[in-house]
Amino acid sequence: MAHIQPILAALRRHKAGTVLIALQIALTLAIVCNALFIIQQRVSKLMRPTGLIESDILAVENRWVGVTGEVGAARTRGDLLMLRGLPGVVDASFSNSYPLRGGGMSLGVNKDPDAKKPIAQTTIYFSDEHSINAMGLKLAAGRNFLPQEIRWMAPNAFEAPAQVVVSRALADKVYPGGAALGKPIYLSAGSAGSKPSTIIGIVERLQVPWSGTWASNFMENAVMVPFQMSGATGSYIVRAKPGSLADLVKTVRAQLIETNRMRVIPEKNGIRTFAQVREHAYQSDRGMALLMGVICVVLLAITAAGIVGLTSFWVGERRKQIGVRRALGATRHDILSYFLTENLLIGAGGVAVGALLAVGLNLWMVSQFEMSRFPLTYVAVGVVALLALGQAAVLAPALRAARVSPVEATRSV
Amino acid sequence: MFGYYLELAIRSLKRSPGLTALMVLAVGFGVAASMTTWSVFRAVSGDPIPWKSAQLFVPQIDNWGPNGRSSDGEPPVAMDYTDAMALMRDHRARRQSAMYQISPSIVPADAGKHPLNVSGHAVYGEFFPMLDVPFKYGSGWSASDDTNRAQVVVISSKLNQKLFGGANSVGQSVNIERRDYRVVGVLDDWNPQPRFYDVVNSGGFSSGTDDVFLPFQTAIQASISNDGNTNCNAVPAESGFVGLQHSACVWIAYMAELDDAAAVTAYREYLDGYARNQQKAGRFGWAPNNRLRDLPAWLSSQRVVPSDTRVSLLVALGLLLVCLVNTVGLLLAKFLRRSGEIGVRRALGAPRSAIYAQFLTEAGIVGVAGGVLGLLLTVVGVASVGWVLPKDIADLARLDVSLLVLTLLVAVVATALAGLYPTWRASQVQPAWQLKSN
Repeated sequence: MAHIQPILAALRRHKAGTVLIALQIALTLAIVCNALFIIQQRVSKLMRPTGLIESDILAVENRWVGVTGEVGAARTRGDLLMLRGLPGVVDASFSNSYPLRGGGMSLGVNKDPDAKKPIAQTTIYFSDEHSINAMGLKLAAGRNFLPQEIRWMAPNAFEAPAQVVVSRALADKVYPGGAALGKPIYLSAGSAGSKPSTIIGIVERLQVPWSGTWASNFMENAVMVPFQMSGATGSYIVRAKPGSLADLVKTVRAQLIETNRMRVIPEKNGIRTFAQVREHAYQSDRGMALLMGVICVVLLAITAAGIVGLTSFWVGERRKQIGVRRALGATRHDILSYFLTENLLIGAGGVAVGALLAVGLNLWMVSQFEMSRFPLTYVAVGVVALLALGQAAVLAPALRAARVSPVEATRSV
Repeated sequence: MFGYYLELAIRSLKRSPGLTALMVLAVGFGVAASMTTWSVFRAVSGDPIPWKSAQLFVPQIDNWGPNGRSSDGEPPVAMDYTDAMALMRDHRARRQSAMYQISPSIVPADAGKHPLNVSGHAVYGEFFPMLDVPFKYGSGWSASDDTNRAQVVVISSKLNQKLFGGANSVGQSVNIERRDYRVVGVLDDWNPQPRFYDVVNSGGFSSGTDDVFLPFQTAIQASISNDGNTNCNAVPAESGFVGLQHSACVWIAYMAELDDAAAVTAYREYLDGYARNQQKAGRFGWAPNNRLRDLPAWLSSQRVVPSDTRVSLLVALGLLLVCLVNTVGLLLAKFLRRSGEIGVRRALGAPRSAIYAQFLTEAGIVGVAGGVLGLLLTVVGVASVGWVLPKDIADLARLDVSLLVLTLLVAVVATALAGLYPTWRASQVQPAWQLKSN
């Protein structure tokens, strides 16, 4: 490190090349930091648990043809009895939606009936006394619904029920400090005649049906209401006994059609295991993470190769000077450390500019797209990684330089 | 002379195959990444109806008031039943249609076949001429069909294929939700992306097609309920589909055709007048807060282009930039290393322009080779966007001649640009200095 002065002097003769490498390092750092941040965000998003026993669950989209109201309800009850009786089935339930399905109902909730602004947004799942078991939810406190509490509602109808089961996230949001059990919650605050619903149970975790960014601030806020929907459409959630999901997937369509054929279960996505539901919901997030990953790898490879290439040229150009230095007593180690130090200096310049660029780019992306600011540790890790990459890239040409024999000094041209 | 430069360039490039390969790879990857993401971006940001988008307008009426507005003061993005019907009754635009998304079941005449579910829209008869919807057989329905709630239907060519084997089915009957409807028209292939007439419900892009179009009032009468988004500022007082029609929930899309600036101004005044009347009548407790955007402005306000496609395009362009900086550096080193050669050529009388020609040729060859590699990688890239993007969007990315030409052009122009500075440096080499030092 004592020989920085001559290195700087030499770099001044290679201004353009030095600036270009530094610029390349700076741009690479800026892009890689932001791309890695996108990857991290997407990956952590698609790792989120839903609260369901996902490995055993099957979701069926059903639609009765040409019936509405009570006729549909009777057929739905028939289906549920049949499904619960199937060998290999633990339990089955019927709902308007389920986690990661996309499409569902959301409402603002409050603990004050006259409040104008809701405390939190939540999704509503139509449930019965089987729902908790069918989804494999963990009841953390309180009790499940009782059969006599379940009511069948007309399509599009909704009113505040007497009892609700809520997710822990929502319970803690409305009643911080874990005191939500037995307390009232208002599902239609602000509208005329709003009635309180008593929180009779709290489930450990239950995600909303949406995976998009718009629901990201209420991902785990869910209210289960003791209602079932009459009418033509709805989803069955079937929980298989461990190991029997694969068989159930194959037979359930035929079983349902045998019960009543005047129904539509879409060919595509009508019957899905929860693994398929999850894959579908997070397809674009996984894709984006993959794309960013590929671009990062290509970017780092090209920058590393560029450093190798340019340094090799410089080494080739300076063989004679290296020979002279060696003849004058410089050790191989001196030559090696010369090139490593040179690269470190250029790299330091590059990452200094790159760190600023990375933060600037992130701030710009925050203003343009639905993104959040990244923690500065990303920049720190990126800086260290790029400096290490530079040192690794320069090692081969630098070792070649160190092997230049002092005899080179005596050769002319 | 060009032939000679070509030979010189190839000889020089062969002298350092590793570096040449690196430059070609960098240009190829950079261009391919940019072009692949561009093909997706181009597909999702295109104007779906370029010849007419300036005459198509989406009105918005603020029926929720200050508490229901988004943070930037925008009114709801759809209409409630009351407002949509009032606008249809007043009929102030050249053509207009309220519409809502439906998803009815169709029961095939053949009893052995299972019922099937189709998606579509309930619209007014003016929908078809307003959007220049192409028909294979028959046509849309008339205004009197709308008023009389006629039992008619327009079906897609896909559904026609499924139900009638592709034959002219005009006059045939289709059983929808257990009622018979007479086919009046069969569409030609028509699946505009983004689905501009109802972006609120389709989210812009949809891998399915709209297979049935029913008259709006006929669908309402048959209780074919809304299958799209319903947004409410309060829980409806009455239940069911009729309750939804009486509520302030918004679920109806609306489009109007306005020919010129005067018509737009007049329609804007009409909307404000309508809202003021509602205010006087006591239905709205606030001043008019309407919007009237033409189609391109509407699509951009609804952020139809997914932000992921923008981010990917930007990151890919960043990659291309880094690749080019890389190429500048390598070309610079490569060219200046031949200062001696340049000095000899200059001393023998070659003008600066000759040096320019020689080195730009060399850069151009790298560009062409990078472009060819880029072409191959773009073909692979476009074919595999399905791995990375949702199907409805990935399906839109297409490989066509213009994309391939653009790929090659971008590669050559970018590399030539990257070669400019190194070439200029090469042309500045002082012959005397070079000859002396050696």
